[in-house]
Amino acid sequence: MAEADQQSEPASAPAAPVEIKAVPVRRPGRWVAGFLIIVVAAALAKSVATNPRFGWSTVGEYLFAPTVMDGLVKTIELTFLSMLIGIAIGVLLAVMRLSPNPIVVAASGFYIWLFRGTPVLVQLLFWAFIAALYPVITLGVPFGPGLLSFDANTWITPFVAVLLGLGLNEGAYMSEIVRAGLLSVDEGQEEAAKALGMRRMMTMRRVILPQAMRVIIPPTGNETIGMLKTTSLVSVLAYTELLYAVQLIYATNYKQIPLLIVASIWYLVLTTILSIGQYFIERHYGRGTARAVPPTLLMRIWQSFSTWRHTKVDVPEQTRHGL
Amino acid sequence: MSEPMVKAEAVHKRFGRNEVLKGITLEVAAGEVMCLLGPSGSGKSTFLRCINHLEKINSGRIWVDGNLVGYRQKGDRLHEISERDVAEERAQIGMVFQRFNLFGHMTAEQNIIEAPIRVAGLKPDVARAEAKLLMDRVGLGDRLGAYPAQLSGGQQQRVAIARALAMKPKLMLFDEPTSALDPELVGEVLDVMRALAADGMTMVVVTHETGFAKEVGDTVVFMDDGVVVESGDPAAVFNSPQHARTQAFLSKVL
Ligand SMILES: Nc1ncnc2c1ncn2[C@@H]1O[C@H](COP(=O)(O)OP(=O)(O)OP(=O)(O)O)[C@@H](O)[C@H]1O
Ligand SMILES: [Mg+2]
Repeated sequence: MAEADQQSEPASAPAAPVEIKAVPVRRPGRWVAGFLIIVVAAALAKSVATNPRFGWSTVGEYLFAPTVMDGLVKTIELTFLSMLIGIAIGVLLAVMRLSPNPIVVAASGFYIWLFRGTPVLVQLLFWAFIAALYPVITLGVPFGPGLLSFDANTWITPFVAVLLGLGLNEGAYMSEIVRAGLLSVDEGQEEAAKALGMRRMMTMRRVILPQAMRVIIPPTGNETIGMLKTTSLVSVLAYTELLYAVQLIYATNYKQIPLLIVASIWYLVLTTILSIGQYFIERHYGRGTARAVPPTLLMRIWQSFSTWRHTKVDVPEQTRHGL
Repeated sequence: MSEPMVKAEAVHKRFGRNEVLKGITLEVAAGEVMCLLGPSGSGKSTFLRCINHLEKINSGRIWVDGNLVGYRQKGDRLHEISERDVAEERAQIGMVFQRFNLFGHMTAEQNIIEAPIRVAGLKPDVARAEAKLLMDRVGLGDRLGAYPAQLSGGQQQRVAIARALAMKPKLMLFDEPTSALDPELVGEVLDVMRALAADGMTMVVVTHETGFAKEVGDTVVFMDDGVVVESGDPAAVFNSPQHARTQAFLSKVL
């Protein structure tokens, strides 16, 4: 018995286990589909590149034009600031929604009902015409003496109107995202924090919210990308963000298509940057969880074709900071 | 002097129409280890959670170290105390949960120093030094930087005990601390609890570990259907249970 065992083992017995080097399953379907798509894409690319009406030279000419750059900066500014307002309001509304006080809960519900239930374009127009509604805005004791008053026309500039319109609307959507995040955190976390003597708000800030982030970030990334594109709506208020900037240009030279391409290129550049940023933020808030953040699209494409060889791209497992 | 650490008097608790505690009266002396036993649904966890006011009781009174839990008596009326005062009372009572409930986004060290810094106002370096001592005490001195997900169940529960101890509680509540553990990990947690008892900590332990209750417990309380059926010295309760319900339960778990 013992002899038989020894015979079956190679002479260099304590060697490391041999790694399996099997020929992978062939996937002809993948290659056929890939080939067809590449052919169609090449045909499309050729037509786009050679059709003079796309006006690629004009695109190149205006891609970095000062007016366009100006619009681009304003678009970034608007996206960033309105998301900031939206997230702040969203967190506030979500926390209010979980309050033990029914009036606070109702107020939050009313806000969401109002701002989610009307088109953002209508809201933007309302803010633009706010001065007609409230020529003077007074802050002070309700029904009592006013302490500070502003002239709505000078204070609600187009920029402020646009920011209010986009930010307040976004708050309603963000609150639902944040609420889902808060509810995703195990109740035991709150219990443990309470048992340690932490109060409600501290528990929320230190224990619940940071863990809710994992659920909050991906849809917030979507919202940000959505917001980037929604900012183009404010062109109707003659606010010179990216779209209105190119509209101003083609209003004088009538080269609509090349200029719309200029705007599209910049929107694509920005959404690409945002997607990359989102990946890293997700990885940060995934710390402490065993599961790694899923690989990006590019990594996945690489992986699916690399089965041809024996290698697999390892997704860097950076979520385990602690080790 | 002979003030009990925990004193419960005719404690009733309802969830909706479901009466879960039907008049619990008991005392836990300072330094005593009391083990709570009873079938599932008998109200053990609920009673434990009433002691640190995670649940509001519907009638009766609970005192911890002479202070009425959750209320203040003024004349013959009870006044609810503020959230801040409730939190202050809870900070002096440690609690360990069946499912550990470590903060998942924090390392073991961060879990332990969180409340001492934020609630008790300790300086971070002092809190960290104490965390190190506590982690040594539960045998995990080398795992300060580990996240809960990187620790075994037994290790997580030991960190959870260290986290509770970091607030220097005068009373520790354990709710089935070993029920979620693989059998081979139960021992390491019970060892820590045994050492804690030997150090004179007052403990109320809900457990199904009759071995632990016999060895470490000063008193065993058997609960069923929201009442205390039988209580007393572990040897007496285990060896010659007086009540039929206790006998039936013990014949199943022993
Ligand atoms: N928050 C709650 N809302 C409604 N009912 C509850 C709540 N918590 C507990 N109960 C009910 O109270 C009863 C006692 O529960 P409890 O958790 O105290 O039992 P237990 O003795 O700890 O049981 P186990 O050994 O299963 O942990 C159960 O019937 C349970 O359904
Ligand atoms: Mg229980």
